[in-house]
Amino acid sequence: MTVAPRLDRDHGQHLLHQMLRVRRFEEKCVELYSAAKIRGFMHLYIGEEAVAVGIMEALEPKDAIVATYREHGHALVRGVSADAVMAEMYGKVEGCSRGRGGSMHLFDAATRFYGGNAIVGGGLPLAVGLALADKLQGRECVTACFFGDGAVAEGEFHESMNLAALWRLPVLFCCENNLYAMGTAIERYESETDLALKAASYEMPAWTVDGMDVMAVEGAARKAAAEVRGGMPCFLELRTYRFRAHSMYDPDLYRSKEEIERWKQHDPIAALTAQLQEAGLLSAGDIEELERSVAEEVEAAIAFAEAGTLEPVEDLERFVYWEPPLPTPAEEVAAGGDSTDESATA
Amino acid sequence: MADFLMPSLGADMEFGTLLEWRVEPGDAVNRGDIVAVVDTSKAEIEVEIFENGVIDELRVPEGTRVPVGTVLATLRTGADDGPAPPGAPAMTVATTPDAPTGTVATAPSPKPAAMPPPPPPPPPVTLPQFASEEHRLRVSPVARRAAEQLGVDLTAVAGSGPDGAITKGDVERAAAAIARTIAPAAAAAGPAPTAAQAPPPTPPPAAPEERAGAMRLAIGALMARSKREIPHYYLQTQIDMSSALAWLEEENLRRSVSDRLLPAALLLSAVAGAVAATPAMNGFWVDGAFHPADGVHLGVAISLRGGGLIAPALHDADHKSLDELMAGLRDLVMRARTGRLRGSEMSDPTITVTNLGERGVDLVHGVIYPPQVALVGFGGIGERPWAADGMIGARPVVIATLAADHRASDGLAGSRFLTLIDHRLRKPEEL
Amino acid sequence: MSASAMVTVTYREAIRAAIREALVADERVFLMGEDVGAYGGCFGVSKGLLDEFGPERIRDAPLSESAFVGAGIGAAMGGMRPIVEVMTVNFCLLALDQIIDNAATITHMSGGQFAIPLVIRMTTGAGRQVAAQHSHSLEGWLAHIPGLKLLAPATLKDARGMLAPALADPNPVLIFEHGSLYNMEGELPADAGGCDIERAAIRRPGTHVTLVAYGGTLATALVAAEELAADGIEAEVLDLRVLRPLDDSAVIESVTRTHRAVIVDEGWRSGSLAAEVSARIMEQAFYELDAPVARVCSAEVPMPYPHHLEQAALPQAGTVVAEVRRMTGADG
Repeated sequence: MTVAPRLDRDHGQHLLHQMLRVRRFEEKCVELYSAAKIRGFMHLYIGEEAVAVGIMEALEPKDAIVATYREHGHALVRGVSADAVMAEMYGKVEGCSRGRGGSMHLFDAATRFYGGNAIVGGGLPLAVGLALADKLQGRECVTACFFGDGAVAEGEFHESMNLAALWRLPVLFCCENNLYAMGTAIERYESETDLALKAASYEMPAWTVDGMDVMAVEGAARKAAAEVRGGMPCFLELRTYRFRAHSMYDPDLYRSKEEIERWKQHDPIAALTAQLQEAGLLSAGDIEELERSVAEEVEAAIAFAEAGTLEPVEDLERFVYWEPPLPTPAEEVAAGGDSTDESATA
Repeated sequence: MADFLMPSLGADMEFGTLLEWRVEPGDAVNRGDIVAVVDTSKAEIEVEIFENGVIDELRVPEGTRVPVGTVLATLRTGADDGPAPPGAPAMTVATTPDAPTGTVATAPSPKPAAMPPPPPPPPPVTLPQFASEEHRLRVSPVARRAAEQLGVDLTAVAGSGPDGAITKGDVERAAAAIARTIAPAAAAAGPAPTAAQAPPPTPPPAAPEERAGAMRLAIGALMARSKREIPHYYLQTQIDMSSALAWLEEENLRRSVSDRLLPAALLLSAVAGAVAATPAMNGFWVDGAFHPADGVHLGVAISLRGGGLIAPALHDADHKSLDELMAGLRDLVMRARTGRLRGSEMSDPTITVTNLGERGVDLVHGVIYPPQVALVGFGGIGERPWAADGMIGARPVVIATLAADHRASDGLAGSRFLTLIDHRLRKPEEL
Repeated sequence: MSASAMVTVTYREAIRAAIREALVADERVFLMGEDVGAYGGCFGVSKGLLDEFGPERIRDAPLSESAFVGAGIGAAMGGMRPIVEVMTVNFCLLALDQIIDNAATITHMSGGQFAIPLVIRMTTGAGRQVAAQHSHSLEGWLAHIPGLKLLAPATLKDARGMLAPALADPNPVLIFEHGSLYNMEGELPADAGGCDIERAAIRRPGTHVTLVAYGGTLATALVAAEELAADGIEAEVLDLRVLRPLDDSAVIESVTRTHRAVIVDEGWRSGSLAAEVSARIMEQAFYELDAPVARVCSAEVPMPYPHHLEQAALPQAGTVVAEVRRMTGADG
């Protein structure tokens, strides 16, 4: 069953709010990176927000997500708190991966967010396996797997597409085609640049979507998710563009300023704003209110991260092997109660 | 006013070269505007500004390499709209005649003209000097340790291991051979205080002169090791023995001939008590550290009739009465000279006492038995001039000496120890 | 029927029995890999299991090592208990990204949020003249990786007993089955079950030298020990069993008794497990050594095809004996 997205006031403003959260959060990240608060590799999603926001609209809490190293937006929109994401980028224990992963490795079991994977294509087999587990256990869940156009050149892409289609696994493949694999343009590394066509050869529904139009993405995602829940993997090629360089290290020499400017004319946030204003669903006051609440959330996240704690060095070698979580005081009480019951029955 | 800083554009970036300014003082800028180009040494990156405002001053000329965090420019922001606080310095601190604001871009080349000068050569480093080991024996690690424990001189051991290396078995065989020579009939004994643990196989018969030769070799090796490894210090003191001998004479009058005490028993008792009160003299130096002993086991140096020397233990001497000490000493001498010592008596001494009084010498400067840390020596008791209460008279005097390991104690502890022996000998009734 | 009744089985059958038992005991367990179903397993290990458990649980995978190993990782994170079979350790190189970048790291990268209860079985080793792309022993490479556990069953009991605890382990466990062992036959109790997967085991006690071996070299070491016994040299044979984390204390205790060690490892000497064990002996038992630690490893050459060259490349009992004689001074 396909549910068409509604362009009503609440929903429209909700989509705008989600995109703004990602945009403003990342803009602040640039500043914090420049101030050496955030380190390592940091890849920004700015320009591509409509993809994550639109796809997530079609997902339910029981569904799983596998993302890439450009995943701040996916985590935020999925429901990982800005506090936990920012603290992670600060390397603090309060981060969503306890500070062990950083910008590229956001994980959150509670929202079934199976990580930012920093090996291009490395997340696809995982997504196939998660879907296999769901299928074998009779759970009607979708695993949404995000990856870039660059991943399409990897063997793992083809192996995973084949396996998912062969075994009819509930994977929603979301290819974020921003036209560049790092600094190499797609026509310079792909013999066939119609990626949906490639995917279709694996006998699964596949089509191309305007990734700068959040309503279009949401519509396609709902349709695809319905297919996936019906027992067939699906592939969406989401045509998008990153406004920023690949990472903080990137001098952005491989594309022209004109090209970037041209794409900025299709900024998904500006586009939705205009669309909502035109329809009379967004006032200047609304925008101000949205910006204010987003700024508040980002500032609070920074304060949270600043106040976070660094893991003691004595704990360096923890989590190499899995350790059972320490019981909470409440659980300890419950466990104590259980054992009393057992001894009573014995 | 706000600062525009050299940004960090990667965890490995410590410096950046300001290649190009895209703004001039007086230009209005908005958050996100590109204001400069920075060379990170990996790439040239356009850098943006995070505040809205008006460029006030460019602090760093083009072509300059500066650390991350350096103020590149200052910016007038909305917060600066009010009048400058009274007395605030002018904002144009960098308007020196050489680099007037607005014309800072006069560096001859955009490429770093201002690379820091090469660092001065580092001061010469004195490397630690290692003593060259001119005669390095091939000894396995476990054999080396065994030799130390058994007091075996490795230079006298033939190796049977790979390429002639000395093995643990070689060392144990050597120790057993020495033990057989020293105490031919003993079940287990050796020249060193910590003797071989394993009972050696049935000893092959050896001629007396052969045994004596081996013993000299063993003593030589042990004493050479002691002199080589132990930083000895020596102290001596004269002890007035008049009250001790007077008490002894009186005591012996009450005893049968066979029960009579010898002065040696008094000396041993005095030493035992002093040792018990001075743990720094009683124990072992092993693996670079002093290990105090649990009990006071006096090693009593006994010369053997066939030549050579042995120092078996009088166990728990500090808890023994004079009678027990006397009996123990007699027994030990008898058994040492007939080769019936027990293994523990060979391995247990915690400090050695040597008494050469009978041999007519005045004093003895002893050599410590490794791994013990002290040796007490007594010369003969003889009448000597003695000044007391302003009068010179003749009194029986003994010279007590101490040879001690400077790694385990120092002269102060040693002198207290000798003084304690002196005091105890002046109150023989308390011994 | 008495609980101690003995049955004659091969190594292959012992592994099959362990897989079968795991499939019966836990419906989350499934077997996945190339030719595990209709073919019955490249080495015949899973023969008959497809008929008994069906294609959902005995899952033939395409020749896509990266995808199906990665799918195993994902399925483990999703609540299953997969047994992934990779035909040989050489083929696992195609899945190394998944094994190292995902299986070994996700628990840590996620700050301990995700367990990876995955078992990967693979064949290792030479001796069957299958040349350089099917014969290598790359255990040492994988033993380098924190986050993985590595097992090397060298006995029937371990072949039968290691799988259950490996499946119960919340971490990725790699089991290396030496190709020369599948036909090894012997007796096992009919009710043989799980065993520990932490400790090394002394397979033959001795006092003069410790021979450290694992997997395919255990037999080599035992043969060498017999030959040495004829010379009056009592060799202790220690089977590492667990290649990561190594049971240091077992090695150190044995060397402390014997004061000599020879490590017999089918991996190449350079950067090998043998190198690691040797280094640990040096670090922890230097003062116990009566001779330098010796290693008998594979020659540093890709495995050649002809029988005589392959045998010359592999660790041989005779070489072990010669090493021991040399280090004990028994070589005249």
